[in-house]
Amino acid sequence: MGLNLIVLVKQVPDTGNVTGNAMKEDGTVNRGALPAIFNPEDLHALEAALTIKESVPGSTVHVLTMGPPTAVQVLKDSLYRGADYVALISDRRFAAADTLATSYALKCAIEKIGDYDMVLCGRQAIDGDTAQVGPQTAEKLGINQITCVSEIVELDAQNRTVVARRSIEGGYEKIRTSLPVLLTITDEGFTPRPPSAIRMMTYKNATTAMSGGDYDETYLTGGSELKAENAIGLWDSNAIGADPEHCGLTGSPTKVKSIELVVLKSEDIRMIENSDEAIGDMVHELVAAHTLG
Amino acid sequence: MAAKNSVMVFVQQDDGQVAEVSVELISKARDLADQLKTDVTAVLIGSTIGKVAESLIPYGVNRLYTVEHKGLEHYTPIPYAKVLTHIVRKVSPQIVLYGATTTGRDLAPRIASALRVGLTADCTDLRIGEYESKGKSYENVLYQIRPAFGGNIIATIVSPERKPQMATVREGVMKMSDPDPGFKGEIIAESVELEPQDFPSEIVERVKEEKLVNLKGAQVIVAGGVGVGSKENFQLIHQLAHTLGAEVGASRAAVDAGFVSKDHQVGQTGTTVRPRLYIACGISGSVQHRAGMDESARIIAINTDPEAPIFQIANYGIVGDLKEVIPRFIKAFKAKA
Repeated sequence: MGLNLIVLVKQVPDTGNVTGNAMKEDGTVNRGALPAIFNPEDLHALEAALTIKESVPGSTVHVLTMGPPTAVQVLKDSLYRGADYVALISDRRFAAADTLATSYALKCAIEKIGDYDMVLCGRQAIDGDTAQVGPQTAEKLGINQITCVSEIVELDAQNRTVVARRSIEGGYEKIRTSLPVLLTITDEGFTPRPPSAIRMMTYKNATTAMSGGDYDETYLTGGSELKAENAIGLWDSNAIGADPEHCGLTGSPTKVKSIELVVLKSEDIRMIENSDEAIGDMVHELVAAHTLG
Repeated sequence: MAAKNSVMVFVQQDDGQVAEVSVELISKARDLADQLKTDVTAVLIGSTIGKVAESLIPYGVNRLYTVEHKGLEHYTPIPYAKVLTHIVRKVSPQIVLYGATTTGRDLAPRIASALRVGLTADCTDLRIGEYESKGKSYENVLYQIRPAFGGNIIATIVSPERKPQMATVREGVMKMSDPDPGFKGEIIAESVELEPQDFPSEIVERVKEEKLVNLKGAQVIVAGGVGVGSKENFQLIHQLAHTLGAEVGASRAAVDAGFVSKDHQVGQTGTTVRPRLYIACGISGSVQHRAGMDESARIIAINTDPEAPIFQIANYGIVGDLKEVIPRFIKAFKAKA
């Protein structure tokens, strides 16, 4: 019996390349101003799922992402690397979701898929670095979690148990639990495989499938037969049965009050004189900016 | 004064040792509670915790709730979340704080999800203030201040409409206060029903090495290169790192020269890091080294050679001898603290 694996991924702005117009006035991210990439640790989560699929015959890998239509790129990338089924969870109602509202939508989407044995996601996304969506999704699904996983030590598909190694401060733990479970994966293990050339040829023009206001099941035929047409599921809030009250800005208890741009990654190096006063001023500035202290 | 609307701290303990960050948070909670004119409450979960409980009161805890169970000796998410959710529901604090440790970051999101309240990760500062939105104004709101976007912005987050307001807080950013042996607080033993199915995680193995180099998780790294000159001079790097609560890094050349062990190596063949602050001392900045650290949020380069390539990627540059610059740095940091 194969395992049903669901991988949660996110398209993120490349925070290594932040510029002045990266944030909108309301404090949310101006995604248009930044290059968008596959969240690095989510690639490791995908790799973990693909590795499990190879070791347990008959397993399937579903990849879900919530985001604007452009987030379809990370789903294509997932198809290139070996995902069987992918779906984009996208709706205006999901906009400006914090981690609580995000995990609610993901939970609804996972329950739409139905049977699953393992949910995997990156430990955290580089735009927020919160590491909250994984555990919150696990709680909403009512399942156990193992966070900061760098290795799957043992997987017994027959008896439905897994032993995973998780990093803790100054060491590690090996945790055994039964399935289903949610794992958050770090970049310490599961080095992502490159995209497959054949799969890239097949899926580079992959289209999304959505009919009427309702979810179209035809995308499910796309994965196994390597067909680009309708290979990407498109699910809105109705399709996943999400209560609008719990979605997006309405469903988000946290609000961004204000933001302050700290660093413009640039060549404008400031030369500090080798004196008590100049070095003292620099230290003071770093402490005030919460960089030191 | 009552426990309701208090400022609550989740106290993290392991093997009878309280995590330092928990004491830092109690100290901060005391400040916040005084501003809000309310109490500090704390929750301590474990297997035998009597002595530990008493040691916390002097930091200003009015009511400490303890839950003892043999299955709670080490942290695992399901039973800890069940116990803490129960207590938070019962006590109704207005704020709950957790250390942003692997435990706090594993536990707090489950509580937030169960209670459907806001949670802000990895705060570096907490304040009390007002908040206005859509014609409504809120008083005594917790400002949860944190870096985001890879350290490129500092965001102030609020969750004014739902209580409790919850945050995880970075280790070492809140100042631990001096204990007051005369402080009077109450220890309240709570019992929470736990069934066998509340313990789905079995810890098969647990390895903790106190001195393990943790470059990946370090927020600040002080790194030395071959320009440091000798193993003796490398003590300066250790001293600065110690003062700043930072981890020690090194270039490959410094490791090859035998100044420090390979565990400390940053770069293409060592560890890739992205701390808040990277202080490169006597490192010329080869492409291989830069590949392992150029995504640091901020970089300070200290080098005697003004033409060293490290200055091309640094935010701050100091041309000078480490033997002068580092003592000045240490002195300046101690003066602010």
